[in-house]
Amino acid sequence: MADNKFDTPEIREYPIIPKLQRDVMSHSKPFIAKESHQEPLGFPGELVDDWHDVAIKKMGDLQSKYRSLQVYLDSCVKCGACTDKCHYYVGTTDPKNMPVARQDLYRKVYRRYFTFAGKYFPKLVGATDLTKDVLDDWYSYFHQCSQCRRCSVYCPYGIDTAEISMAAREVMDTIGVGQKYCNEIISKVHKIGNNLGLPGPALEDTLEGLEEDVEEETGVQVKFPLDVKGADVLLITPSADFFAEPHVDGLIGYAKVFHEAGISWTISSHASEAANFGMFIGSYENMRKLAMRIREAAIELGVKRIVFGECGHAWRVAYSFLNTLAGPWDFLDQNYPIPQHICEVTHGLIEDNKLKFDKSLNDDMILTYHDSCNVARASRMGDKAGGQFVIPREVIKAVCNNFHDMSKDTIKEGTFCCGGGGGLLTDDLMELRVKGALPRMEALRKVVEDHGVTHMAAICAICKSQFAKVFPYYDFSMDQIVSVHQLVSNAIILTGQDDENDENDGENHPQQDIDEAA
Amino acid sequence: MAVDFFNNSEVDVSLEVNGKSYEVDEEGYLADLNAWDADVANAMAEADGAPLEDNHWEVINFLREYYEEYQIAPAVRVLTKQIGKRLGKEKGNSKYLYELFPYGPAKQACKYAGLPKPTGCV
Repeated sequence: MADNKFDTPEIREYPIIPKLQRDVMSHSKPFIAKESHQEPLGFPGELVDDWHDVAIKKMGDLQSKYRSLQVYLDSCVKCGACTDKCHYYVGTTDPKNMPVARQDLYRKVYRRYFTFAGKYFPKLVGATDLTKDVLDDWYSYFHQCSQCRRCSVYCPYGIDTAEISMAAREVMDTIGVGQKYCNEIISKVHKIGNNLGLPGPALEDTLEGLEEDVEEETGVQVKFPLDVKGADVLLITPSADFFAEPHVDGLIGYAKVFHEAGISWTISSHASEAANFGMFIGSYENMRKLAMRIREAAIELGVKRIVFGECGHAWRVAYSFLNTLAGPWDFLDQNYPIPQHICEVTHGLIEDNKLKFDKSLNDDMILTYHDSCNVARASRMGDKAGGQFVIPREVIKAVCNNFHDMSKDTIKEGTFCCGGGGGLLTDDLMELRVKGALPRMEALRKVVEDHGVTHMAAICAICKSQFAKVFPYYDFSMDQIVSVHQLVSNAIILTGQDDENDENDGENHPQQDIDEAA
Repeated sequence: MAVDFFNNSEVDVSLEVNGKSYEVDEEGYLADLNAWDADVANAMAEADGAPLEDNHWEVINFLREYYEEYQIAPAVRVLTKQIGKRLGKEKGNSKYLYELFPYGPAKQACKYAGLPKPTGCV
């Protein structure tokens, strides 16, 4: 399997702007999608013969459809405010990973074909033809953007590189040049209902196993219901929650919260995925088709509420677009937010004193919190501005005694991407993922040194998997990343639970192993 | 591997073991689950520098059994629980599985077992 063919960046004492190294990441390209990944999404199986003309036509379509795209392409004044804001630039030092340079890969083609100056005086305005070399650069560098939108926070015009990346990926898909990771996943959701391709019977078996585990651990029968008609809440959660660690510990947390609050809920085998990869490839049609599964499941099961589990960009799609993609939701209970985030649910129950915790059960950890970019910069929670920052932290503080935030320019709206978002969480981009994690690793290292932080909590499936994978490159251990609802699960006292002292034997506190090992 | 979409002559990669050829994808996962045999698993492991021992085989065999029934690799909890039953409770955790398969039980063990790579946010 892949050995390290690259050096892990060194943690720097001060985060200064690195020296440029031209084209050092031009070799970074994800595996290309095969015909079997492309066609279920409505894209050609391989590069079409008239790719140049098809691409230019698609660019024109996108500009007319998304006014924002055209505004972003027209309004950059090259002020440079964004240049050092991208984690991939900081980690790789490749100048094409500066947000403005990434945008310009698209913008220079836009100028050539769609502006007066670019059509007649291309050299004067940096306009170029769409050539094979340009397309090659697109494939490389638009797959070095995790669509985290950090640059847009610092841009005086609010130019959103994420949207330009999405547009570029859609243009490439349209001419038959897709990325395997995203498109294979989307084709699985269309066919089976989730990113993993986890069929109903396997999901049922997995959930039954979790019921056994929780009962063994607590003595309480906590249900993980599947396809239960007439349940109040439909839980839409990333399929990683069924499959991977520490994700599954978060799922156990949601189940305990629902159980203790007496909320009837269900998972759907038809809509067994929160993550909507249609957004990563900029494809409205695919995003809508994926979102429609949620609507179909909600109607089929006759639920009253929809709650989303811990998933970053799922929450962006849910919070910002669900209504236009798959609404109207007039058949749901209008007294609850549509949709609602699991952190909002738990936070509300905590405020109403409906849950009992023993915070000392998390005393083996000192926590910090990683704001996931799509939650932080593309959505909100609760009914107050900044709720998406406050609510998860309030939940953590309600269940843990020890919490310290990382430096303020690396959290909340300024949060750094984990390095694996936006459809880049694939082994063929490991160098990029490790290097892109640098700013977050530096901020984490600082709170580890200053406050003795032992664990970082997150509410995004991608962040959790990414950190579990890249932590060892930076001398952290893979179990130092935890789910927020894993912390809830550790501390919650269920009615009728066995004496909590009995169960403090390690199995339900996997993090103890690390502390002992550390 | 370089990506060359201008010469899309779909590069089929194959793995030669004892004179037999197996079709694999870009990352070395078998294209056809049914083409798998013990030789190919051993060859993959040796190429990674860690020959398979009995406990590896317990995992690989369980993965194949589970896949046959459910058409998917088992979730990590399902796997750890089963390994705990087969090899003893102290081995039923992901820490032990990572000792066996340092590149990740889900991905590395699936590869040796001839299963497709798990996809998604994992």
